[in-house]
Amino acid sequence: MAASLSRRLRRVPLSVWLAGLMAVAILAAAALAPLIAPFDPTDLTSFNLIDAELPPRFSPDGDPRFLLGTDNQGRDLLSAMLYGARVAILIGGGAVMVAAVVGVGLGLIAGYFGGWVDATIMRFGDIILSFPTILLALLVAGVARMLFPAASSAEWAPFILIGAIAIHEWVQYARTVRAATMVESARDYVRAVKVIGLPSRQIMLRHILPNVMGPVLVIATINLAAAVLTEATLSFLGVGMPPTYPSLGTLIRIGNEFVFSGVWWIALFPALLLVLLVLGVNIVGDWLRDLFNPKLRGRG
Amino acid sequence: MLRLLLARLGQAALVMLAVSAVSFGMFRFVGDPVAALSRENATIAEKAELREQLGLDRPVVVQFAGFLSRIVRGDFGISFRNQRPVATLIAERLPATLELVLVATLLSLALGIPLGVLCALKPDGVAARLVQAVSLIGISTPTFVTGIVLILTFAVTLGLLPSFGRGETVQIGPWSTGLLTLSGLKALILPSITLALYQLTLIMRLVRSELIDVLSSDYIRFARARGLSARHIHFTLALRNALMPVITVTGLQIGSLIAFAIVTETVFQWPGMGLLFIQAVSFSDVPVMAAYLLFVGLLFVLINTAVDLLYALVDPRLRVRA
Amino acid sequence: MNRIAMLLAAVSATALISTATDAKTVRWSAPTDIATLDPFAQTESFTTAMLHHVFDPLVRRGRTMQLEPALATGWKAVKPDTWRFELRKGVKFHNGNAFTADDVVASVTRLLDPGARARGNLSQVIRAEKVDDFTVDLVTKGPYPLLLNDLAGIYIMDKEWMEQTGSLKPGNIATGVSTAASTTAIGTGPFKLESFKPDAGTNMVVNPDWWDKPEHNVTRIEFKPIKSDATRVAALLSGELDLIAPAPLQDLARISANSAFKVIEEPSLRLIFLGLSQRDELKSMPGQKNPLKELKVRQALWQGIDLDAIQKRVMRGKSQNTGTLVAPPVPGYDKANDTLLGYNADKAKALLTEAGYPNGFKLGLNCPNDRYINDEAICVAVAAMWSRIGVQTDVKTESRATYFPKQDRGEFDSFMLGWATLPPMDGFSVLSALLTAPKDGFGGSNSMGYTNPEIERLTREAAVELDEPKRRGMMVQALKVAKDTIAYIPLHLQPVAWASRQGLDVPQFPDEYVRLWFAQVK
Repeated sequence: MAASLSRRLRRVPLSVWLAGLMAVAILAAAALAPLIAPFDPTDLTSFNLIDAELPPRFSPDGDPRFLLGTDNQGRDLLSAMLYGARVAILIGGGAVMVAAVVGVGLGLIAGYFGGWVDATIMRFGDIILSFPTILLALLVAGVARMLFPAASSAEWAPFILIGAIAIHEWVQYARTVRAATMVESARDYVRAVKVIGLPSRQIMLRHILPNVMGPVLVIATINLAAAVLTEATLSFLGVGMPPTYPSLGTLIRIGNEFVFSGVWWIALFPALLLVLLVLGVNIVGDWLRDLFNPKLRGRG
Repeated sequence: MLRLLLARLGQAALVMLAVSAVSFGMFRFVGDPVAALSRENATIAEKAELREQLGLDRPVVVQFAGFLSRIVRGDFGISFRNQRPVATLIAERLPATLELVLVATLLSLALGIPLGVLCALKPDGVAARLVQAVSLIGISTPTFVTGIVLILTFAVTLGLLPSFGRGETVQIGPWSTGLLTLSGLKALILPSITLALYQLTLIMRLVRSELIDVLSSDYIRFARARGLSARHIHFTLALRNALMPVITVTGLQIGSLIAFAIVTETVFQWPGMGLLFIQAVSFSDVPVMAAYLLFVGLLFVLINTAVDLLYALVDPRLRVRA
Repeated sequence: MNRIAMLLAAVSATALISTATDAKTVRWSAPTDIATLDPFAQTESFTTAMLHHVFDPLVRRGRTMQLEPALATGWKAVKPDTWRFELRKGVKFHNGNAFTADDVVASVTRLLDPGARARGNLSQVIRAEKVDDFTVDLVTKGPYPLLLNDLAGIYIMDKEWMEQTGSLKPGNIATGVSTAASTTAIGTGPFKLESFKPDAGTNMVVNPDWWDKPEHNVTRIEFKPIKSDATRVAALLSGELDLIAPAPLQDLARISANSAFKVIEEPSLRLIFLGLSQRDELKSMPGQKNPLKELKVRQALWQGIDLDAIQKRVMRGKSQNTGTLVAPPVPGYDKANDTLLGYNADKAKALLTEAGYPNGFKLGLNCPNDRYINDEAICVAVAAMWSRIGVQTDVKTESRATYFPKQDRGEFDSFMLGWATLPPMDGFSVLSALLTAPKDGFGGSNSMGYTNPEIERLTREAAVELDEPKRRGMMVQALKVAKDTIAYIPLHLQPVAWASRQGLDVPQFPDEYVRLWFAQVK
């Protein structure tokens, strides 16, 4: 098993290398946004309305200060995109982390203990899964806004969005981990440590968890792409990040209002960056999935 | 079989009860109904009277029972925004969404199956690689971006297709259809392509992987050994076997498409349930949100239960699992 | 590529148009839909404007916005608190029923019902009394100079139809009553309602039996709401629509560059301004003294806003900056009041220092994002400008559905509001709703705690003053006090900007109403 895995690792196709590089480059640029972005778009004093809607530098009326032009408030678009990608990745990644931790935990518990604990957790998961991500996320984000007016503010919106996306995604991890745990806990070595009398928490964390991490990583990669898309969709629909702290989806929503007025760059560049990011993560995720489980190829 | 049926129905009822509880919770606790319903300068006495009228002074359990008995009778309350019964609003919007979802599903099947077959039979061909690459871009592009690009290209630049709405509709009883007029059909094209794209990718990939699985099975190897024509093997034996899960997934995905239609309907101003829902979210129109949640929940439960039961009928081995 | 695109759009648009003109149809789109067809169940000016095609009021606004007879042919005050109206004879409702005094009494009674949302639009009237079949008395609380202005927004419904359909009382979501009137409209107006599908479209056909001589040649109206600016413009350019009102400012240049279309615009009555909390503390600085209570701070905030930049960039040169709280055509306006402090960031900083805030302070700014033209963009711009003079501004924007209830409850430090003095179209509405303390029916929208004894006195005097020049003098004086004390920071008059295909002539009105009974289709 290990040998074949490393052999396959050595034969990574060029497309996956490129996609991986692209995704990592965007992730890195987003992570380092405060260092590499020419301006801080979240600082209200850094931009001036006088500079609004300047085209990209390479077009005839471009301004040398703004490589990709400015948005309708005079913000440097490149900086806004880097910060926007950062927000999108933080929210997407945050949602994946929360979902993975909750899902793995509940999956372990369900698989290890079985019985009514298992039934309750998995039935609850079934109910959750019977609603599509986007609907559930819209409901959670919408309801949160009504209950806590602060939910739409730049400080709280990311957490609401993380919760709104994670509430659906944890089930996948729970299902996978539960199945694997059931298989693992039937194995001789787990039975053996049980007999020794190790506490169940230790058995789960030390002995079962490491063996189910592979599939979890695959799901996490694929979910990251999906979570970034969901966040963008929510922001586009107006229940996501506020315009003063825009994510890529918010930028596209704002840019969409300008597509006919000749100000094409406000919508185009953020949309392009979003697609490239998701595409890169998706290609890597697809490959990882095939790597860990050839039988899963092409599903879902 | 009867036991399975009862178990499944019981489960479905349980899910619906849970969904109703969430829906009731929204209705009752999200956004104070009294604040939303009373006039701006209502007095405290007026508000107390309203509270009584709405039954908000009774125990929560009694209120929930009342809520359940009302929704069973199809009474979902009145929309804050358009002051009309929510049930009527949903009934009016249902045809638009269902027609969109139906056309999108047919479209994704009609294109997804042949493309999937192509990719499975000649996995290293140029065409297959191209299709695979395009499909990856397809699932990586947000629906709203696809929609905007389509509008810009086909409606504004080329002026070929309408950019919004359903065109002319024909009323058949309670059902308003856009399938019978030219403008209605034209209006369907862009939104249904937008909605179908993700589904199309999914079906294509599924057909491809199922077909590859089936083609490598003993059954097909025997058929080859018997000297049957490749054509017969691929399209009659293999494809038939590979299509079963495809049909199932397509059925299960109809619910997701209805939810995804929220985005498509927003971009194309398609007067369906998704548009109703998203406007309810931005107007805090809680009765509509609660009813939409219930409706989608019911739909999912129905589809899932039906698929489970059908499977049990088709595959006797599954019957024991219940 | 852009030029080719435009050319193609123009060609296809003209091709589509040539087939559509014979029917004299106007296909019109706006970002919002009608809230309900029940005129008394809503207070939205857009819905009211739309319903005016189906219903007539007793008096209406003519081509130059003057008040003129509609269903009433004449009126006079018989007592200080009673007005007598002579009604038009021979008018028929769309269902064939005759219009009589009973309909007026039933409509006014329906509006005055405690469950009617629009009750405040006729707040000074106590009851309507039938004198004979074509004479009605309206009894007011006391002498009231603005009765006719109010009546221009009150539509008359058919009593018999209301009786038949059980809609004599207005619908009420609280009690779960929705009446036939929210989905059907039977009026006496120039157009008959054909169909109403929320969010999909509303169709009307011309009323051949209208009592007035039509000044239009429209035979059919197809209204379709399209929320997205981009989609709405796309639909106009691709020939699917004849009129978009309003048209997004950012697209006006593109539309007028295309010879198949035209843009019409003029300043609206709607004045956009910022409100400043006058409470003891700000939400953003609990436990500390509210800096906005200092006149110098308010002056600094006003001088810190670069109105010209907003006018040029956000409003694309289409708005008109203003220094007072009413628009020029509205009674109460005075040129002398309409002066600007002028943008001066250094002066603003100096003023903050003088007031004891050399390092500025924290301030919340709340705005709607779907109510006024480019509201969100204006607020982000203002927040950036205030931040530059040292006031750390935290801007939040939200949908009007959640914004206005909060504004009513006074939850904001500073906020955006627009006021068009509609329906009465009189400066008194600014005084009575925004500048007076919430008491005795005054100060209905003044949630921020601003009060001034002189304005209180002048407003109460103007309320019962029947001598028009004297009344206007009082309003001008009160608005001067409001300006001197910087009760609000006025920004601009937003433009009314519409775009249509060349063959359609629609006169524009500063109250933003689309009045298709003045439209000519070629």
